Amino acid sequence: MSSVLYDVPGPRARLRNRVLGVVTILVVLALIGLTVWRLYATGQFTAQKWSIFGYTAIWMRILDGLWHTLSAFIVAGVGALILGFILAVGRLSDHAWIRVPVGWIVEILRAIPVLIFMMLMYYGLPTVGIKVTPYVAVVVALIAYNGSVLAEAIRAGVESLPRGQKEAGYAIGLRKNGVLRLILLPQAVRAMMPVIISQLVVALKDTALGFIITYPELLYVIKLLGTQIQYGSPLVPAAIVGGSIYVALCLLLSYVAYRVEKRMRRSPKAPHLDPGDGGDPTTATERIAVRRGLGKFDGRQA
Amino acid sequence: MDEVGHLWWQAIEGTLVLFFAGGVIALVLGFIVGAMRVSPVPIARAVGTVYVNWIRNTPLTLVMFFFAFCIPILLGQRINAIMLATIALGVYTATYIAETIRSGVNTVPVGQAEAARALGLGFGQVMSLVILPQAFRSVVPPMMSVLIALLKNTTVAAGFSVLNLGSVTAYLSEHRTASADNIFQAMVTGENQLLTLLLIAVIFVVLVLLLAWLQRVLERKWKVER
Repeated sequence: MSSVLYDVPGPRARLRNRVLGVVTILVVLALIGLTVWRLYATGQFTAQKWSIFGYTAIWMRILDGLWHTLSAFIVAGVGALILGFILAVGRLSDHAWIRVPVGWIVEILRAIPVLIFMMLMYYGLPTVGIKVTPYVAVVVALIAYNGSVLAEAIRAGVESLPRGQKEAGYAIGLRKNGVLRLILLPQAVRAMMPVIISQLVVALKDTALGFIITYPELLYVIKLLGTQIQYGSPLVPAAIVGGSIYVALCLLLSYVAYRVEKRMRRSPKAPHLDPGDGGDPTTATERIAVRRGLGKFDGRQA
Repeated sequence: MDEVGHLWWQAIEGTLVLFFAGGVIALVLGFIVGAMRVSPVPIARAVGTVYVNWIRNTPLTLVMFFFAFCIPILLGQRINAIMLATIALGVYTATYIAETIRSGVNTVPVGQAEAARALGLGFGQVMSLVILPQAFRSVVPPMMSVLIALLKNTTVAAGFSVLNLGSVTAYLSEHRTASADNIFQAMVTGENQLLTLLLIAVIFVVLVLLLAWLQRVLERKWKVER
């Protein structure tokens, strides 16, 4: 697309582009330089601040935090998928008495900030006598939020399928259950795979919220290590190390989503929905809706 | 009771400041980065891509952690917590805004740009007269979704000593003075944390549904004209 926006640059445009490129490089270099200078000036490169990462015990702590992050993520991811399917099927139901309440549940679960949900579980429930561990609070909040978003994604996937699929299913004598289970859902899941995986990235990112309700995940460990006075409070080194682990994990999962999307584009089996670029869940689903609308109008224009 | 009212007022103010100031930073930065990502300058495109991919794959909590704890150390001075949280929110949300703008530009049919090019318009004219006005319409609904996400994300600042709706419960329990006589008082004074948190959740649900309604109205308004 972007290639259509402008000509092959001529001499003047090339010069201008080169100047803009140099300016960009200068700005980026200035920012990096500033950061490195401040890191250096505040003594973040001293051996004392990094010595903490020379101990096996410390790395075991980090691994422990990483394990807490991953275990919350895995349980929450699986739970969110299950809840997503249940809610999606509920929203697609023919019976208004199921569809409408489930619709409201999805809307409300999506609207509550995940952190507030975690706090509700962790700080709120003890007032009525239910003790909840931070782990349970994190996992349940993540399942509730991501499950409702996944439900919307799956529903959008089902509704975007051509009507003929459903009709053909009924025509060969399948019942409602069979049509949904054997025909609609597999195609919808295939079409929505990138959205589903990028929603899992969101779940992984949101496990970091557990830090605020004292769940001992990676960020919590980082903060703890960063305040060890005998190592000179290496908060910045700890944040750099832990942050890199987080970003690496999420990038890895995002890369999987990207590969899946790319493979789907080539696969003739998958319906071509082009679900945007994943990322923010609400944006992705909205975008699909928008695209569907636009697609119709495009046809008229052409 | 006076103190409680004051705390609630400050909390709402905190959330609004985070939302609006963070939103303005995100829109400005996101627009610049989004423009970089469709620009003819390869280096600008690369920088934009790296920025978007990195920040989007970083948990907001980590971004805020960095701003709240590391920036004061690096700059060697104390900085207002709400300011740092606002910048963190802006920097984080800007990536989503940039992506929304980019995919909005991409939804405009290629023929439009080709026709504009055929008329002899330059890059600036193609963008400002043909692409952006059309992209704007398809961008509004996803942009509202980003803003809704931003509103919900303001609560994360609660973990970094910013008084807002996410952290008001903790502040209330510190300042608890009056004992509650009825259930409503127990709710607003933070005497009953479950009720207080439920109230906050309801406030957010109402605000989010309000924004979602606005989104639908805008979507309908601009869809007809196309």
